Amino acid sequence: MDFEDTPQESHFRAEVRKFLSANAEPRKPGTAEGYRSSQSAPGALERAKAWQAKKSAAGFAGITWPKEWGGRGGTPIEQVIYNQEEAQYAVPRGFFEIGLGMCIPTLATWGTPAQRERFAPPALRGEEIWCQLFSEPAAGSDLAGLRTRAEKQGDEWIVNGQKIWTSGAHYSDFGILVTRSDPAVPKHKGLTFFFLSMKSPGIEIRPIKQISGHSHFNEVFFSDVRIPDSQRLGPVGAGWQVSLTTLMNERLAVGDAPGPDFREIFDLVRRLELEDGPAIKNAAVRERLAQWYVRTQGLKYTKFRTMTRLSRGETPGPEASIGKLVSASKLQEIATFGMDLMGMAGIMADEAVMPANALFQQALLYSPALRIAGGSDEILRNIIAERVLGLPADVRVDKDVPFKELPTGKR
Amino acid sequence: MNFDFSDELKQLREEARRFLHERRALAAARRVLDAGESFDRELWAEIAKMGWIGAAIPEEFGGAGFGHLGLCVLAEELGASLAPVPFASTAYLAAEAILMAGSPAQKSRYLPKIAAGETIGTLAVPEGPDAVDLKRLAASVAQGRLTGSKQPVPDGEIADLAVVAAQGGGGLSLYLLELGGAGVARERVATVDPSRPYARLTFAGAAAEPLGGAGAALLERLFDRAAVLFAFEQVGGAQAALDMAKAYAMERYAFGRPIGSFQAIKHKLADVYVATELARSNAYYGAWALSQDAPELAVAAAAARVSASEAFSLAAKENIQTHGGMGYTWAFDCHLYYRRAQLLALALGGLRQWKDRLIDALEARNTGELEGAIGIAP
Repeated sequence: MDFEDTPQESHFRAEVRKFLSANAEPRKPGTAEGYRSSQSAPGALERAKAWQAKKSAAGFAGITWPKEWGGRGGTPIEQVIYNQEEAQYAVPRGFFEIGLGMCIPTLATWGTPAQRERFAPPALRGEEIWCQLFSEPAAGSDLAGLRTRAEKQGDEWIVNGQKIWTSGAHYSDFGILVTRSDPAVPKHKGLTFFFLSMKSPGIEIRPIKQISGHSHFNEVFFSDVRIPDSQRLGPVGAGWQVSLTTLMNERLAVGDAPGPDFREIFDLVRRLELEDGPAIKNAAVRERLAQWYVRTQGLKYTKFRTMTRLSRGETPGPEASIGKLVSASKLQEIATFGMDLMGMAGIMADEAVMPANALFQQALLYSPALRIAGGSDEILRNIIAERVLGLPADVRVDKDVPFKELPTGKR
Repeated sequence: MNFDFSDELKQLREEARRFLHERRALAAARRVLDAGESFDRELWAEIAKMGWIGAAIPEEFGGAGFGHLGLCVLAEELGASLAPVPFASTAYLAAEAILMAGSPAQKSRYLPKIAAGETIGTLAVPEGPDAVDLKRLAASVAQGRLTGSKQPVPDGEIADLAVVAAQGGGGLSLYLLELGGAGVARERVATVDPSRPYARLTFAGAAAEPLGGAGAALLERLFDRAAVLFAFEQVGGAQAALDMAKAYAMERYAFGRPIGSFQAIKHKLADVYVATELARSNAYYGAWALSQDAPELAVAAAAARVSASEAFSLAAKENIQTHGGMGYTWAFDCHLYYRRAQLLALALGGLRQWKDRLIDALEARNTGELEGAIGIAP
């Protein structure tokens, strides 16, 4: 039992460090980044594109991609090592993950070699950004309940409907899209998958203002949008299988929920004075600190167990599935508790005067999103129960019924 | 990154699992509970023969020399099986204390017999509900004679050798005491888990010899080391309770379907799974710190202990809940895990104390080290 890299890993890590130290600024300690707030800063997209180009030229953009896609042909453990090292630098994040982690792998798996050759390299260099058009107002956790219609007309498909929660639609060049092509068959069987230009006529993008005040997500409306049949991925009616490729390609969950974690709350209580003395000496505070510490460390060492498997060339075990479930609610608890400790002043979100630049207050407002996005707490518990513990699937009332006959609610 | 047990130790764990299953250790625990016995003497002898008790005892003292990582994997399986043997008191407490602080003569005299299963050991610290403050223990030693009373003492009824915390030698010290000698009275006390018996020991001038080192610091370090081993028992117990709940949720039908298909049951068991995996990961880090005798041991042990106590308690209580009314019957095994979870969670001091200890240990450490001693940011 040790924490050492293998000789190859150590060699790779050294290469990564050399690249990062020559090209990026180290992150200052104690400056945890708020959730995607950095993406709204002026010039953020241009800086991100420039960084992606550099990363790509150095061979660190598509680490686990096969060489024929223009990737490095590396291993998952190399991706983890790169992420660990990059996390210590203040570099732009959050613009390319969906495209490189989900969209292009789906295109490369189901599209033609010519399509892959056309789209993979510019995505890797950060020249073209992709988004994922999956969720709808009436189809979130129940994705296969989506209603955006695609109707064949000659060599084209005409798409009408609405997508929602589309990250980065407003700056994306292309998107992958799953639609309903046949409402007369059961819901999983009537879907068809496409990719398209986000500049296509008939697409309207409206930002959604979130409770945090930021607008990271969008609604995307389709009015008679025409997609050539050559941009269909997979057979007609096989959209669900194609979607599963996308969802399975979700990037290795190495990142925790961003924002105040154990370190930040521990720093806070070490500085803060309560009515009866230092916060760190308060029994209620210590009780909560201990719980968050063991969850934080438990996740950290769970990741080490996963890395150990990757390092041996094995598939990660089921324990890798718990990260977001634990870290998202921990973040929300820490944010709330940190504010409670500040008493009446806790309501202030003024970055100039509040501890940790008001990070706790910001996290209060964005943490609900993390418990929903990328699989809600409830869906993740279902996944653990069914796929890890092997409990039987829920009784389904919608499985063998034609989609158009399914009951719908008001919303 | 090689954050896992070696293939050799994983094989040892497999062998232990198979043996305890075939030997029906869980049924033995029930027999001990039903009959009011103290332990399964035959099982104890078989375990000794396989070298388990002396897993972490060096070969020069008759041990198997698997090291502490070996002891961890065995603890996990013993915890899962609820084996009714005085393993924890003997191997994690008495043997560890002698290994840490015993003179060469004490080691040669006691460790080989412990490893062979001939000497059952224990640790006697608390003196009842009022005396939780170690500095105010009443038991004392003068001129090599111990006076006072200790309760509850794990396996106190059957132990041959006790490590006793008592005043003497200018403060709290640890003493070694052969319980077969004069001046020792023992009496079983009722506990929440009669499958592991506890006793009240009363000493009236019993012969005691000092175990070297400063008592309070020694005891603290002994508890840290034992906390890691207990954590593995607890993780084993939590996993076994989860497995039991899962199996029942698949075979029990209600409202025309297996109860495991209801989200109320799924989400409950998913939470137990998460708690158990976090506890396992914390225990692994504890195992590393224990095996390296690392400076991080205090933090690692407290985190492993808190995490594992919470996981086993959760798993044991939700196992009963999943079983519904059947889980509350004496006939089902749910209560065996429920009892053991509480016993283990209190055996080295409760959750509140260990949470406090964890924060103490973190305060003592520089915040700069918070990200772990191994140089990788989380």
